[in-house]
Amino acid sequence: MSEHEYIPKSKLGKWFNDRLPLLTLANHLTDYPTPKNLNYWWTFGGILTFCLITQIITGIILGMHYIAHADLAFESVEHIMRDVNYGWLIRYVHANGASMFFLAVYIHIFRALYYGSYKSPREVIWIIGMLIYFLMMATAFMGYVLPWGQMSFWGATVITNLFSAIPLVGESITNWLWGGYSVDNPTLTRFFSLHYLFPFLILGLVVLHIWALHVPGNNNPIGIDIKKPSKDTVPFHPYIVIKDLFALLIFLLVFAFFVFFSPNILGHADNYIEANPLVTPAHIVPEWYLLPFYAILRSVPDKLLGVIAMFAAIFVLVILPWLDTSKVRSAIFRPIYKQFYWFLVADVLILGYMGAMPAEGTYLLIARVATIYYFAHFLIILPFLGMKEKTIELPLNITDPVLGGAANPEMTKNNLKHRSDL
Amino acid sequence: MSDSDKKKPNRRDFILTATTAAGAVGIGAAVWPLVDQMNPDASVKALASTEVDVSSIEPGQSITVLWRGKPVFIKRRTQQEIDSARSVDLKDLKHPEKDEDRAKDPEWLVMLGVCTHLGCVPLTDKGDYNAWFCPCHGSHYDTSGRIRKGPAPTNMEVPKYEFVNSNTIKIG
Repeated sequence: MSEHEYIPKSKLGKWFNDRLPLLTLANHLTDYPTPKNLNYWWTFGGILTFCLITQIITGIILGMHYIAHADLAFESVEHIMRDVNYGWLIRYVHANGASMFFLAVYIHIFRALYYGSYKSPREVIWIIGMLIYFLMMATAFMGYVLPWGQMSFWGATVITNLFSAIPLVGESITNWLWGGYSVDNPTLTRFFSLHYLFPFLILGLVVLHIWALHVPGNNNPIGIDIKKPSKDTVPFHPYIVIKDLFALLIFLLVFAFFVFFSPNILGHADNYIEANPLVTPAHIVPEWYLLPFYAILRSVPDKLLGVIAMFAAIFVLVILPWLDTSKVRSAIFRPIYKQFYWFLVADVLILGYMGAMPAEGTYLLIARVATIYYFAHFLIILPFLGMKEKTIELPLNITDPVLGGAANPEMTKNNLKHRSDL
Repeated sequence: MSDSDKKKPNRRDFILTATTAAGAVGIGAAVWPLVDQMNPDASVKALASTEVDVSSIEPGQSITVLWRGKPVFIKRRTQQEIDSARSVDLKDLKHPEKDEDRAKDPEWLVMLGVCTHLGCVPLTDKGDYNAWFCPCHGSHYDTSGRIRKGPAPTNMEVPKYEFVNSNTIKIG
């Protein structure tokens, strides 16, 4: 928060602000000191906020036309597509918006991994972010069930059956989740109710996420602490606002491409067949953004252990701030971590691809190796690397090295030493 | 804490503990209906049994009927299928069950057509045992519906059923 007490200029503003300091909040958000060197990977927070608002607005509108009933849901979605004015547009924005939301969140997460944004003192921001990510997956999954197509129905069956792996109470829990003995109308209506609720929980967590961010301030590409006030920061408005808006515009180009030119490419054709509890589609695939976790689930031959592995894959991310023992945040100054980072990116992409392939033969073998590597990265490589890795000397501030001066007197000689290492 | 704080519980402590306990029970009682409303309701439970006419099924054929929202396989097995199910050594099974216990009348196998892995419907006359194969995650079942290969932990479940007469099976 800014050190000086903000006083509104107008009398009315002052009167109101004394009773509810909203103008002080607005002033804080405008003046919020932001590191000068933020690159475009830092624009995804704003993009994600846009995605959430878009999903909420289009979702509320779809809820006006959609009917949450096993006999009517499929038809009501077709009604939205064919009869409702601009219904096709609103639904395609909502359906592709989910994919765009996940695209942005993955970039946002991998940015944090590269620049060490999860490290002290930003652990709580990271954990709230992971909660948001988890709620996003739950919300997206339940949303995908609502059109009541074949993929909706069987996706819901497979995912809710994960809970049947729990010893002793598994079956009671799945029956409780379904409201019956299989996925049916009671399941659909409760998923609709929760699918409507969760985005607002996410919105609340986003507020906490940003609040927690504004306590230490943004991390930055070189990952050093910034003294405030300093010449290393610029006010959020207009500098970051304009940059975020420009990035959003580019992002919207991609978004619009999917909505207008290939609205169904990220979906699955089987979901245009109405749900049939007697026939499972030959090849069940979740939405692309869940594929890496699906690959981990399938690569373990035991049912309970597979489910545990899948949830553990998310949980290792939650405890990441304590698994990564390196004090240096940015990968720019961690030559070995930088390489492992890209291995992890490749590993997750491979897992995603294997999740879409049948779980047999070579695919299964590759998925198993990739699963082991995924856990090894977080549980073995990161803790040890932090202790062993020889990092490059950090500059003391952002501005001076850029202007040609050596901000860190130690740097000049250390840099020479590093060059000879390479 | 000083020694004087560690004195015997007095009346206030008793009242505080009693109030907290009563409050916890009250909150539990208030929350339970909110949780239990999600369990299968009376109308779902009312559909507990189904009667099926099996007179037109030839040996080797199977039909699928819906019971409690789930598919049930009713298979009239050939002698060859019965023999292959009954000749298996129980030690080779992941979930050892005798075929005699699963199919009281060897000709008729009645079981939930639900893969015990994650609930998909297995395909009939497919897989390594030419019986059932689940396309979702590759579980192979034999001619008795027992899990032989793949991630499913148990055999396909045999529901409670009975022959009402020689042509009709009542499931549930």
